[in-house]
This record gives sequence, C-alpha cells and structure tokens, in this order.
Amino acid sequence: MTMKAKTRRVDSVTVVDVTGRITLGEDLSELRQLIRGLLAQDQKNILLNLADVNYIDSSGIGELVSGFTATSNQGGQLKLLNLTRKVHDLLQITKLLTVFEVYDDEAKAIASFGKATRA
Amino acid sequence: MTTEPQVIEVTLESTLKSVEKAEDLAREACAKAGFSEDDQHRVGMAVHESMINAILHGNKNDASKRVVLKIQVHPDRLEIRIRDQGTGFEPKSVRDPLEAENLLKVSGRGIFLIRTFVDEFRVRKAEGAGTEVTLVKRKYPNDRRSELGG
Repeated sequence: MTMKAKTRRVDSVTVVDVTGRITLGEDLSELRQLIRGLLAQDQKNILLNLADVNYIDSSGIGELVSGFTATSNQGGQLKLLNLTRKVHDLLQITKLLTVFEVYDDEAKAIASFGKATRA
Repeated sequence: MTTEPQVIEVTLESTLKSVEKAEDLAREACAKAGFSEDDQHRVGMAVHESMINAILHGNKNDASKRVVLKIQVHPDRLEIRIRDQGTGFEPKSVRDPLEAENLLKVSGRGIFLIRTFVDEFRVRKAEGAGTEVTLVKRKYPNDRRSELGG
C-alpha cells in the first residue's frame, strides 16, 4: 500500500495523518517535501499521526529523524501520535523512543505543544 | 535421513519493485513454513533491507545488473541468500546506530535491523563477482543443532 499524507490544523498544531508504508521510494520524498513545506510556511508544531502506518523501513526511519532534526533546527517540534505495535517496536529497537515524544491520545499531544510554547 | 529443502530461486532486476517481490516471496515461504505473523514480518523486513543494500549499494542502481534471491525452506529453519553483482561491502565498517552520536543520523540502520530480525546474518564475496548475504531464521532459535551449511 503506497503512502498517503493529509494535513489538518488543530489549534497551533499541524496534524499529518499518514497512511500506508513509509519506505524507500517516491513516497518518502513526498513526506520530506510535505514537512519541509510546513516549516517553510512557519508551521513548526508538527504531529505525525501514524495510526494507519504498519510498516516503516530503515529509509523511512531516516526520514522521520530528518524531519525531527529539520523541525528542531527551526525552533519547532515534531512529535509522533498513535504508533502501531510494529512501528513502536521498531522505534524501541533503534532507541528512537528516547528521541521522539510519542503520544497515544491526540488531545494530550496537542496540549503538549502548548506547554512547550508557554515554557 | 535428511529432508531435501524446498527451494525457490528467482533472478530479479535492480528495481524497487524487486524489493517488494523478494519480500513477498520470503513472507509467503515463512507463512507456509509455519512461522508466526511477527516472524513473517521480521523476515520480510530483513529481506527488504538486504534487497535495498544489494540494489543500491551492491549494484549501484545499475539496471543491467541482477539480484539473485534463493529461499530454502528446511524443516527447522528458513535460509535466504541474496546475491548482487556489485563490488562488495564490509559489514564491520558499518557504524553502530544505537550509539548516542549516531541516533540522529539519517542512514545506517539497515544492517542493524537485518541482524536484529534474523538469527544469523552472514556476508561473503560471491563466486565471480558481487556479494552474497545469507539470512537464517530458525523456528526454535535456541536450538543450534542445525548449523548453516556451505
């Protein structure tokens, strides 16, 4: 299943609902362009909703890390929402759960950006 | 008496479609051999990453070069060989992606994932030219009696 991504605004946060597989290929560069596009539009609070992503390969992990770093470098935050078990395991194995803030409740995830902004 | 393994062998082009095909064949063989859904996923990912290495780093995306996938289904294990036509690589030279200074690196996790998802991972120079990697997934990982042959 190819990857699709749709964005929506919730308060000051851009939620990106991703579906399909995040793997090497054209889809991956689309995700990169999407995140870079959001940053270019000054939308620096990004929440990637991965509820419908069952498969990420090493290139996909690299893209998440790249998006995280690009967002942080511009003073923003990129966080993850609703990891499937397989994706959670993958991020645990690669120790990236120590890097990403991960939520399983969208309202709490959205609120966490507010706290960061006020801090 | 030993049982002859079932063998699936295909020659694939150096394209991303071949990555999917190899992964599907490996998952199918895994399912038929009675591995759990989680193990099918792990073996599928290991084959996916190995195929990408073969195509991108081995064959350097050269459309004239091929990748040979050979899956052997033994009663106690699955053995998968992936052979490219490239110049080879040294897995020991791959940095540890779990080291703090590497956590935010964009690449360098493929070999680590392969090692994590299968019970044995071996790399050797293939006869003629290229690199052959062998992945072994055991049905009973603690049983070491059936050693990897050849």
